[in-house]
Amino acid sequence: MQLVIEQILSWISQPWHWAFSGFMIATTMFVLLMLNKSFGMSANLRTMCSMMGGGKRASLFDFDWKTQRWNLMFMVGTAIGGFVGAHLLASPEPVQVSQATVATLAEMGISTPQTLAEGRGFLPLQIFNFGALATLQGLILIIGGGFLIGFGTRYAGGCTSGHAISGLSNLQLPSLIAVIGFFIGGLAMSYFFLPMILQL
Amino acid sequence: MKLLKFLLLGIVFGVIMTKSEAVSWYRIQEMFHFQSFHMYGIIGSAVFFGALYVAAIKRFQWKSWTGESIQLSPKEMSIPRYLFGGTIFGLGWAMTGACPGPMYTLVGHGYWIMLVVIASAVVGTWTYGMIRHKLPH
Repeated sequence: MQLVIEQILSWISQPWHWAFSGFMIATTMFVLLMLNKSFGMSANLRTMCSMMGGGKRASLFDFDWKTQRWNLMFMVGTAIGGFVGAHLLASPEPVQVSQATVATLAEMGISTPQTLAEGRGFLPLQIFNFGALATLQGLILIIGGGFLIGFGTRYAGGCTSGHAISGLSNLQLPSLIAVIGFFIGGLAMSYFFLPMILQL
Repeated sequence: MKLLKFLLLGIVFGVIMTKSEAVSWYRIQEMFHFQSFHMYGIIGSAVFFGALYVAAIKRFQWKSWTGESIQLSPKEMSIPRYLFGGTIFGLGWAMTGACPGPMYTLVGHGYWIMLVVIASAVVGTWTYGMIRHKLPH
């Protein structure tokens, strides 16, 4: 019995196939819908502003944040799930991106871990670390990047979960426009701006 | 307590985000450089199955598990807010390699620097709230 459990855990710890991942994400959205909620991860940013008293300063935050406690719990759960996935169901290798990506990143001075000793392949710690906050590059990527996400997701009224998954599943044209925007910004950054920022 | 199920669902989601590798900065660069099908496969299949679920809810008039009718209200069409907001978010997404879900997930991985990204995102949302009446929607 223990052997069976070990085998199941080892199988589930392999990186998942994209189709299974996509199915599971859709099912998460479905379960939320059946609980009369919606799948939208950036809403929590707005809720946090409301919790901090933002409702007195801007109408966007003028709502009872307690109605969003379910989403805050979901967010906390997501972090716990991250721990479970990363440490209890850890893959035997770092994230295997394509060789083309390894080369592209190398050109920008970023090394991609090939063994777990070099890293897990989730976040390039050479740029994302607390010391980097004392550098212009770090401030731009960490503070600037976060700011753009918080500003842009609320302006667009949603992020990948709200628009790319939920919105497109509901065949919403506005969500398609949002996703097009995501890619205009993402492509401009990846191809054009990021290489420059990584030179700083 | 009734909120527990959302915590549990969130835990499942955090595992999905991690095992799918959608939270990997490297995977996001790979995606924006079109160097693999992986991320498109994830989003595409999520939309495929998601659309089936939504179509089933509408077709069979399913009610929520607590008996209420499920909210699937159409969004009001507009170009500026979705295009500009989306582009601004996309810029940040490619910089950090994370959108909101992944940000929370990566904190769970132990990458505490993501707490700074989240804090900065909250400031970004706050700023939007303050100036949105001046922005095209």
